[in-house]
Amino acid sequence: MAQLIKNNAVTADTWTTLELAEGETPETVTLPDGDIIFPFAVWQARKAEIISRHKRIGLLLTGDDRVEEVATELDYFIVIAVAFPKFVDGRGYSTASLLRQRYGYQGELRAVGDVLHDQLFFMRRVGFDSYALKDGKDVVYALQAGFSSFSDAYQASTSQPQPYFRRRA
Amino acid sequence: MYKYDAIDRQLVNERVEQFRDQVSRWQSGELTGDEFRPLRLQNGLYIQRHAPMFRIAVPYGMMNTAQLRKLAYVARTYDRGYGHFTTRHNCQFNWPKVEDCPDILGHLAEVDMHAIQTSGNCIRNITTDQFAGVAADEAIDPRPLAEILRQWSTFHPEFAFLPRKFKIAISGTTEDRAVTWFHDIGLHLQQQNGEIGFRVIVGGGLGRTPIRGQIVREFLPWQHLLTYCEAILRVYNRQGRRDNAYKARIKILVQALGVETFAQLVEEEWAHTKDGPATLTQAEYDRVAAHFTAPTYSAAADDGVYGALQQSDKAFARWLERNTHPHKVAGYAAVTLSLKQHGVAPGDITAEQMELVADLADQYSFGELRISHEQNIILADVRKSDLPEVWLKAKAGGLATPNIGLLTGIICCPGGDFCDLANAKSIPIANAIQARFDDLDYLFDIGEIDLNISGCMNACGHHHVGHIGVLGVDKNESEFYQVTLGGRQGNDAKLGKVIGPSFSAEEMPDVVEKIIKVYLDNRQADACFLDTFDRIGIDPFKNLVYEGRAHGKAKAAQAEAA
Repeated sequence: MAQLIKNNAVTADTWTTLELAEGETPETVTLPDGDIIFPFAVWQARKAEIISRHKRIGLLLTGDDRVEEVATELDYFIVIAVAFPKFVDGRGYSTASLLRQRYGYQGELRAVGDVLHDQLFFMRRVGFDSYALKDGKDVVYALQAGFSSFSDAYQASTSQPQPYFRRRA
Repeated sequence: MYKYDAIDRQLVNERVEQFRDQVSRWQSGELTGDEFRPLRLQNGLYIQRHAPMFRIAVPYGMMNTAQLRKLAYVARTYDRGYGHFTTRHNCQFNWPKVEDCPDILGHLAEVDMHAIQTSGNCIRNITTDQFAGVAADEAIDPRPLAEILRQWSTFHPEFAFLPRKFKIAISGTTEDRAVTWFHDIGLHLQQQNGEIGFRVIVGGGLGRTPIRGQIVREFLPWQHLLTYCEAILRVYNRQGRRDNAYKARIKILVQALGVETFAQLVEEEWAHTKDGPATLTQAEYDRVAAHFTAPTYSAAADDGVYGALQQSDKAFARWLERNTHPHKVAGYAAVTLSLKQHGVAPGDITAEQMELVADLADQYSFGELRISHEQNIILADVRKSDLPEVWLKAKAGGLATPNIGLLTGIICCPGGDFCDLANAKSIPIANAIQARFDDLDYLFDIGEIDLNISGCMNACGHHHVGHIGVLGVDKNESEFYQVTLGGRQGNDAKLGKVIGPSFSAEEMPDVVEKIIKVYLDNRQADACFLDTFDRIGIDPFKNLVYEGRAHGKAKAAQAEAA
């Protein structure tokens, strides 16, 4: 289990991510009850069924999934998890930027996968607000230092839409 | 030049502490080697063949003398008393200890220097023309926009983990001196109907797959610089290949999509952010540009004395010819201090030389200097009446070799002597060629010629765009050298052609000598090497270089017999 950081604290995770076992397909997989984060392909294949059965819906986006394709459906999701298969795979930063800045997604935006201390600052900047820190990593120290590496930033981004040059006195 | 204010300084200081913490977590085992690696690279720290290599940024090549003296201090205290200037406005130290690097960064931060994003798969140091602001052929000074790009690219949260490294060069002159056609983004500042903007070139690069960049936008008004670059980077970050490091640069994406499709994707992306908050303001441009105002030039900078010395002293005349560059202000010249002394690794400079350069800059050039992509140092604003003194002092310090633009003014990467990536050594090749062509009369007779050497296909020595390019290759664990001819930088930038099978290190001085012989034998009037090459083609060079030399099957048969 990853260690979930949310609202500046380590939090119990109430969500389960649906994983497809070998031989299962998005079309045939049994949809479990509860707070489930559905992979993009399952959502695409079983949208109507998921909406009718679940009040609280989560979505998992990987690097290859086009966020544009769910842009009009964002109101369905309580949580969107963006996968970082390796921490050096930076596509998730663009996914998050688009969700927040372009498509106005307001729900929980969670970084999952290879989520490490030294990426937290950037992740918060682009709009993540929960972080499934990798197992075995020092979550106390991550909370204490990981988000505050820098006290300000030059660029416009989700957490600060005005670039520094527009905020100069 | 640009002076840091509170925010700039704060971010650099915070970076030092962040890195100190990362090193300590790596030492304690909290960070694995794989996790630490991209972090240290984004701070310019490589673990190399003999020791770590630490790469310090000199953004767009500008430096003041306090900074250079600090580099001398670092060289002396933490290294072996010297540093190396690279082809992308960086200074490298080859012998620091990993545990000292946070302290080194601390010292550098005192003079507003850092190693931020000097390596790694992120936006690298912004580069430009070494004569920016003083060049006689300059339309617009690129430095304010280079500084704006530096700030924007520093810790950009969306683009810290790109598929591969990303290099931006900006130039404001008619003659392109910043290799802009071979960068991930090349920006040509220009005016159109009284408006200032850029021609935007994307997808150029040297390295394993050398490709000339293509124009994605003929004119972009300057206010849109950041939003447009963000659009390019977002398309690249999302669609660039991540499955194969050799195919991960933006040039491969541009080739795969075709430049029209790529440009269309960028325009679609840009449509969403155009005119948004990241659009540059006149106030911000003016604030930054105010740092790059011209110094107080003297009206009586040329007393004519140097002209007399030029007549009477051949050595001085040669230095003037090769190592000074026209200045836009009458009575001034830009001086190039050569880091290409024969027998020394090209681009290397000792701590003592750094201090001498700092003294010269303080006394004769308003306390500032620049680093060129040709790995030399420029004093940009020297009074012509001071040229004789500058020459004598530079000469005493081994910094006045009059070989800028000549055969021995070689661009050369550190190669197999230092670099882990290298397939072959490059410095000994440069030195052997310098030794062979040590006669100045002969060098001047040969005239302008760029000889560029890289120790591997990553092409840090820009071999593809050398008139003569030399590439170190590894064949069955032996070092060989492939030679290309006819490459060039500038507006007509193009890649050299491979002359044929590669050579051993021992053969290289002979090979270069034969190439020069073919040129001299075929030269008409005073046509330069490149013009002669363009006229006669590669065959005469091939014929002489490989004359009597078995290759292909014949060579294999010889080897068999031996």
